[in-house]
Amino acid sequence: MARRAILATAAVVGLILPLAATASGQEYLIGVATRILILALAGLSLNLILGYGGMVSFGHAAFFGVGAYAVAILAYHDTMGEPVLTWPIELAGTQSAFVAWPAAMLISALFALVVGAISLRTGGLYFIMITLAFAQMLFFFFVGLETYGGDDGLSLWARSSAGPLDLGDPATFYYLTLGLVALVLGFKARLVAARFGLALQGIRDNEQRMRALGFATLRYKLAAFVLAGAVAGLAGALMANHSEFVSPALLSWQRSGEMLVIVILGGMGTVYGPVAGAIVFFTLEELLSQWTTHWMIVLGPLLVLVVLYAKRGLWGLVEDASRARPLPGKEERRGEPAS
Amino acid sequence: MSTALLDIAGLTKAYGAVIACDHVSLTIAPGEVHALIGPNGAGKTTLIAQIAGERLPDSGRIVLDGHDITRLPVHARARRGLGRSFQVASIFPRLSVLDNVALAVQAHAGHSFGFWRPARRDEALRGPARATLARVGLAARAEALAAALAHGEQRQLELAMALAGAPRLLLLDEPTAGMGPTDTARMIALLNELKGDVAILLVEHDMDAVFALADRISVMVYGRLIATGTPAAVRADPEVRRAYLGEDEVA
Ligand SMILES: Nc1ncnc2c1ncn2[C@@H]1O[C@H](COP(=O)(O)OP(=O)(O)OP(=O)(O)O)[C@@H](O)[C@H]1O
Ligand SMILES: [Mg+2]
Repeated sequence: MARRAILATAAVVGLILPLAATASGQEYLIGVATRILILALAGLSLNLILGYGGMVSFGHAAFFGVGAYAVAILAYHDTMGEPVLTWPIELAGTQSAFVAWPAAMLISALFALVVGAISLRTGGLYFIMITLAFAQMLFFFFVGLETYGGDDGLSLWARSSAGPLDLGDPATFYYLTLGLVALVLGFKARLVAARFGLALQGIRDNEQRMRALGFATLRYKLAAFVLAGAVAGLAGALMANHSEFVSPALLSWQRSGEMLVIVILGGMGTVYGPVAGAIVFFTLEELLSQWTTHWMIVLGPLLVLVVLYAKRGLWGLVEDASRARPLPGKEERRGEPAS
Repeated sequence: MSTALLDIAGLTKAYGAVIACDHVSLTIAPGEVHALIGPNGAGKTTLIAQIAGERLPDSGRIVLDGHDITRLPVHARARRGLGRSFQVASIFPRLSVLDNVALAVQAHAGHSFGFWRPARRDEALRGPARATLARVGLAARAEALAAALAHGEQRQLELAMALAGAPRLLLLDEPTAGMGPTDTARMIALLNELKGDVAILLVEHDMDAVFALADRISVMVYGRLIATGTPAAVRADPEVRRAYLGEDEVA
């Protein structure tokens, strides 16, 4: 049916894209596709809290940016031969993906823990404003961080080293990104159908009811928030490598808004929605911006239509079209880690 | 009274100048059906919300089964055996009916930090959830979207969710509110079946239901309990007659 056909096509296109791009002499497409996948990853992490947890975070780019800066700063110190920290422990820089990327996830997760612990007690508009405020604080923190380029940002000398893999090769980096997106998709598909995922959806639907049933809801929201922060940090680490450059713009509120748009367009609370959203959003941007700089004139109304008529976004439409019985209880498919 | 399941003493709660709950003392024995009646705005929902933990009292004490729960958070009280329904049906609209009840089972099945095993294939959750749905007569609707249920069915679902945690005390805030006569009759029959298994604090405006179900009745007016006793005693109480029950209902 429609859903399977689209997933199969996407998997095939995803796998042969570098080959096709190289064969047709359009290598730049590999980079374009890599960027879309990285932002899809960021969208997947936001969807966990937004689509499944009902937490409208307007500061998700902060965790993305922190992950990117973590990789860039570690690499900078490695290149300069200066330790990142001398106290309380001496900590050297590194270019290794096996160290820097998990470190990026960990640091983003810690930031999410702090932001979440403070902001998750509130809801609705307050939560939106507090997450935005935290992201803006971090934005200006990095703007003021002259050691690491401040406003101008910081360039990486090279992409992270990853054992036998040469991440400087566009196709290799693309496949690694694709693999990570598939991994996260698969994990998320399991997660949202597991006890934790159902608890999260219960909180999204009716938090008061969840408490009355006996759930300590804050704990589950915070766990989801931290998990989403970690995955956003991974996406940031990839983005730092992809552009070989980081700057405060990564944490801007526009970037947070873009992530919200990807998720809402693709489908809040659907497993594949954010990937679909990222593909449609950036493909449209790519195509339309060749015609006009005012490409938002097309995308804006499209988004309004989706919000008004397709609450579960484009992927929700696909799922509805390919479902024999429109029952949520039957949604329990296993994660198919195709992209 | 040490044998009481619930023992409330001197519970007071004010909203600004309005004293919604004025030194309320009340006990409920294990298995007792205790009806709480009173005119609109008397403070019935406020009392339930304090027992459930959604509102904290200004003063007073709530003891459940010998443990002081006055300051416990909502979820901790639920885990100690409080189940509740809300005056306006409170469900998970975007989940299936079975999911709704399975979540109630899950709440009492340890923590929910399960990230991998599919919860919808977990018989330890689904089995009891299906059994509870059957108990309230909703088995046929298990796969429906909760939001698609008729009003009366949503109330039944709420009762199933409250029951699924095997509570010792059910707090039911107008379980028949907004129901037609058929649904009301069914709900009352359902509550009648529960009688004896679980203690119930029942807020209800339907006097026939109250007098048919209750072991004891408390009457609340302007935040104060003006009478507590058996249905016959309350029916005969002159102050209750004056303050609340119209002559037609007392006949
Ligand atoms: N959150 C609140 N803020 C201010 N006043 C409130 C609040 N909740 C309730 N009240 C007031 O407290 C009083 C008791 O309200 P409550 O809802 O407990 O009454 P009730 O007996 O449940 O009424 P009903 O039969 O209409 O459900 C009312 O005067 C009400 O206006
Ligand atoms: Mg009320």
